[in-house]
Amino acid sequence: MTGTLPTTAGPDGQRPPPTQQGSHDLLADAPRVDEAGVGGARGFRPERTLRLRVEFARQLRRRRTYLVGLVLLLLPPIIALAFQVSSPGSGSSRSDGSYSGQLLAELATQGAVNFALFTEFASASFLLLVLVALFCGDTVASEASWSSLRYLLVIPVPRGRLLRQKLIVALTLSLGVNVLLPAWALLVGGMFFGWAPGQSPLGGTFTTGEGLTRLLIVVGYASVQSLLVASLAFLIGVLTDAPLGAVGGAILVVILSGILDSITALGDYRQFLPTHFQYAWLDAVAPTVQWDGMMRGTGSVLVYSAVFFALAWWRFHRKDIVS
Amino acid sequence: MRAEPVPRAGLPGALRPAGGAGPADPSGAAAAPVPVKARSWRGRPRSRRRLIALGAVALAVVGALAGLVVAQRDSAVATRSEFVPGTAEGGEPVLLDTTLYLPARTPAPAVLLAHGFGGSKQDLASAARDLARRGYVVLAYTARGFGASSGLVHLNAPDYEVADARALVSHLASVPEVRMDAPGDPRVGVAGSSYGGALALLAAGHDPRIDAVVADSTWHDLSRALLPNAAGDEPGVFKKQWAGVLFAAAAGRETGACGRLAPDVCAAYQRVAAAGEADEQVVALLRAASPASVLDRVHVPTLLIQGEQDSLFPLTDADANARGLAAHGTAVKEVWRRGGHDAPTSFARQVGRVDDWFGPLLFGRGQLDTSFEVVVPGGGISAETGQAVSRLLRADDAMTSRTTAELAVMGPPQTINAPAGGTPAAVTAVPGLGALLGDVAALAQPALADQAADSADTADPAGLAVIPGQAAAFASAPLPQGLLVAGSSTVTLRVTAHDSTDATLFASLVIVDPDGAPELPSGLVAPLRLTGLTQGEARTVSVALPGVVTRVPPGHRLVLVVSTTDAAYHLPTPPRSYTIALADPSAPDGGLGQGELAVARVDGRLADAEQPWGWLVAGGVAMALVLAAGMVAGARRRRRRRAVAEELATVPVVVEDLVKEYGDGYRAVDGVSFRVERGQVVGLLGPNGAGKTTVLRMLMGLIMPTAGRVRLFGEPVVPGTPALARVGAFVEGPGLLGHLSGRDNLRLYWAATGRPAEEARFETVLEIAGLGPSVERRVRTYSQGMRQRLAIAQAMLGLPELLVLDEPTNGLDPPQIAQMREVLRRYAATGRTVMISSHLLAEVEQTCSHVVVMHRGRLVAAGAVEEIVGAGGTRLAVADPEEAQRVLAAAGVAARVVPAQRSLEEVFLRMLDADS
Repeated sequence: MTGTLPTTAGPDGQRPPPTQQGSHDLLADAPRVDEAGVGGARGFRPERTLRLRVEFARQLRRRRTYLVGLVLLLLPPIIALAFQVSSPGSGSSRSDGSYSGQLLAELATQGAVNFALFTEFASASFLLLVLVALFCGDTVASEASWSSLRYLLVIPVPRGRLLRQKLIVALTLSLGVNVLLPAWALLVGGMFFGWAPGQSPLGGTFTTGEGLTRLLIVVGYASVQSLLVASLAFLIGVLTDAPLGAVGGAILVVILSGILDSITALGDYRQFLPTHFQYAWLDAVAPTVQWDGMMRGTGSVLVYSAVFFALAWWRFHRKDIVS
Repeated sequence: MRAEPVPRAGLPGALRPAGGAGPADPSGAAAAPVPVKARSWRGRPRSRRRLIALGAVALAVVGALAGLVVAQRDSAVATRSEFVPGTAEGGEPVLLDTTLYLPARTPAPAVLLAHGFGGSKQDLASAARDLARRGYVVLAYTARGFGASSGLVHLNAPDYEVADARALVSHLASVPEVRMDAPGDPRVGVAGSSYGGALALLAAGHDPRIDAVVADSTWHDLSRALLPNAAGDEPGVFKKQWAGVLFAAAAGRETGACGRLAPDVCAAYQRVAAAGEADEQVVALLRAASPASVLDRVHVPTLLIQGEQDSLFPLTDADANARGLAAHGTAVKEVWRRGGHDAPTSFARQVGRVDDWFGPLLFGRGQLDTSFEVVVPGGGISAETGQAVSRLLRADDAMTSRTTAELAVMGPPQTINAPAGGTPAAVTAVPGLGALLGDVAALAQPALADQAADSADTADPAGLAVIPGQAAAFASAPLPQGLLVAGSSTVTLRVTAHDSTDATLFASLVIVDPDGAPELPSGLVAPLRLTGLTQGEARTVSVALPGVVTRVPPGHRLVLVVSTTDAAYHLPTPPRSYTIALADPSAPDGGLGQGELAVARVDGRLADAEQPWGWLVAGGVAMALVLAAGMVAGARRRRRRRAVAEELATVPVVVEDLVKEYGDGYRAVDGVSFRVERGQVVGLLGPNGAGKTTVLRMLMGLIMPTAGRVRLFGEPVVPGTPALARVGAFVEGPGLLGHLSGRDNLRLYWAATGRPAEEARFETVLEIAGLGPSVERRVRTYSQGMRQRLAIAQAMLGLPELLVLDEPTNGLDPPQIAQMREVLRRYAATGRTVMISSHLLAEVEQTCSHVVVMHRGRLVAAGAVEEIVGAGGTRLAVADPEEAQRVLAAAGVAARVVPAQRSLEEVFLRMLDADS
């Protein structure tokens, strides 16, 4: 603002002189609105609001996106260095309890493909989960917490469209981390441990082409599986205004489901738990790919995420935006 | 500089309540105390109702789960336990512990269930319930000598256990729920696993009343099972570990050397265990307890199931039984299943197969399927179940489908040694743990095939399953394509004993992968015992290798391994050495160095691996349904957008009877109606909590009204109403992206509208914001006033026809406030409309042409500022009123003193007083 002090208002309530002449003149030049509504928002088309390019710009320039990128960039070299530092054959690598997983850890330094598989195994249980939950849970909730959600809605971005555009961007980013991490791990593994053909933890070796195919299956299935946490986080993000609540809530549910899954007394009911087939991609590193677990897992995740997405849409259309 | 007067021509008294009632009259509005009352009686029940609903949902979930569990327990199956007298023994009665499982519908065919060695009827409970659920009356019982049944174990002797079974069939004939074929002849099938399976076959041989048999994992000839010989018919090598395990199971925790074993059985065992050889008497005793002795008398359809992981009763036992039954035309079906004595599973897993067999025979439902089924382990272990993934091979019948494939194996004659005392001995199968050991061996093994195939002089395979110097290996070339081995392959060997007249050897078929890691399928070896050899002279013997089902992937080799030790068997104690060579039966001289392996195969159709397409389809359908529902809902939403009220198309805001009631019954807005015309600057006035912001939120479609409606330019407001594009809003503080600069905030916000950039008027708006160079800084670093101005600028992007500002002067300093006032006046001068909500009365009085006054959610007054404040008229300020009055009176001008004009504040406070 300019430094001019306002003149004191007179006893008759005379108004002080304006301070910003320029803007007033500009306003005076503004087209007048007449009866026919000239000056109305003629350029407005609901289907052009919040285009993907814009939403990408909104999300990609956030600090958390940079941070995620940094983690992804650093993780594979750190794992590779850790493997190089540890004495060979010590075999004390910690893993998540799965037999195949332990074997994957032992084979991690065999070459690029095995290293990428191990990195995928090590990060799929938690890191990728958190990142996907972050991208999908925080996208609506953070707008609510910044209060910018209501300004998007009065543009007006139709509510369904807002969710759709945000979901597309969040899922693209999630797919991005799901693909970039193993791809980068493959590269790092190749640089550290060479390009030897992949080895199955259940015996047998793959040619490089076969190994890459298997890696692709693994990444594809893991990406489909992450749809579950994505939809769950998205739903909670719509329900709550706290981004952390959305991310944490989704992770909590996944962990809960994992605990239930470990109770063998539940028997066959366990296969209806959302995370029961989370690791079915290990079937893809067997000498021959076993598809049944992955087929079940894909179906189960699709059903669950369809329900969660439907709930998110249903709720958002009826929600009072008060944040 | 003064602003031009706001043009008000043609809009006389424009701002008036839209509804018919006159809320401008404060007293009228004050006379309605309903909302206060409503809060008290409607509020609590609603939140309580929500709680109750939540509780109900939780209860329903728990109830459904409990129901599921109860349904699983299945109350429809009734049980009855009683002791049934069996054959008396030594003058004392023997009582058999039985449980009868009754299905929902009776009379029904019966199933007699017998348990395995060392078990009891409890082991059969889940299988029995399952069968009862499928409609059978099931009698599960504990065999004599086990559990709560009295008597001694006679090893399925015809006079004892088999007689017991006949007594139980007679007992079933007296059970009213059992369907009868004839008086005293119930319709009954007998099923059992292992010991119980043999009993089923034996009982069918002794009792013609039995109508069908299922025998799982059982033996053909017990003397051959415990003393197998792969190279002839003489009693072979004593299976000491398994025999010991079985003896311990029968002896139990009873005192005495024999426990509950009958003395003759016990003595026979002790003689064999001590000598490692069986005499005639023992062989006779074991044969009597074997189905082999009665197969020719069994005429009822029989299902034989055998496990592929079984070092006690291998697949060849089922083959022998099937041959014995088929020889006289008895219908028989053979199934080779997963598991076995080395990987024990509950008999309950076989119930489906039992039902498939008994259903057509006892109920007459469906067709009897006598095809030969072989479960083929897949190449991988399922991460989900931890079990090998398998596929089903189906052939027309077990006899005719068997073929062999000739496979050349090579290797020079090799001399191997048996260590003195039989140790160290190779470990292939430990009772109950065979498969596991096979895996461990496979994982721990270094190269075997390279040594076997490439090195001409020594074959020195190492590992748990094969000890160096103890084994000869003959390898095939890497298989060009995959090969399914199913059954017992055979090979002809030439065996030379150097320092004895007998030989004890173990032959096995090992799969070696291209890296040299060996795998012993199912951990099975075939012991062979040769007697009457001449030292130094070779004898040609045909060896039946273990019956296995395994898939050999392409590139892998098959290796024939002959070794001298195996820890599971009784081994000779003196040290020995043998020379093993391949014998090509087609070559007259024996064709040393190369032999033919007759690989057992089954001609059948390999069913496709079970692909759970249902799951995928369910997932796809669910997704498609949700997408379709979303599209339909979207289309309906667009159609539902009610028609624009054309006569109101030029009126920016019409609010009609607006009500907003929250879940707890609180009415934030209660029947508010007003109307805003073009070019007005309208102030929405009211104390905190009056409902101003709620009205503005409903005006912008952010929250849904409970009743009433808002029209913008004639269009009823719902979320996403296109008319909102003509509205610029600043409601309840700024909503900016902190990580972006001020300029980027505006640019991205405008980009989100999707409207052309030239409509935005960035320069005008930035000028109004007056941020100067700070506009390039991140918004995070802004002061509150700066954010406020940027947010107002954002609301003005595109110079919307209606500008809605909620408390716009918060955080602004006086000069900024003054400037804002001027901006708004000028803005309205262009024919646009401005709505401001504020609780700063002076501010509203100075800025606005019209006001709407709200209090406690209700409209108190609405109208032009002058109307509200009172008639204007020209005023003359004088220093001394009395003096002036006198002067005026003197001048002939009548004058009187009147109170000064009320301020809006004064009016406002009076209104509130009147309202409360």
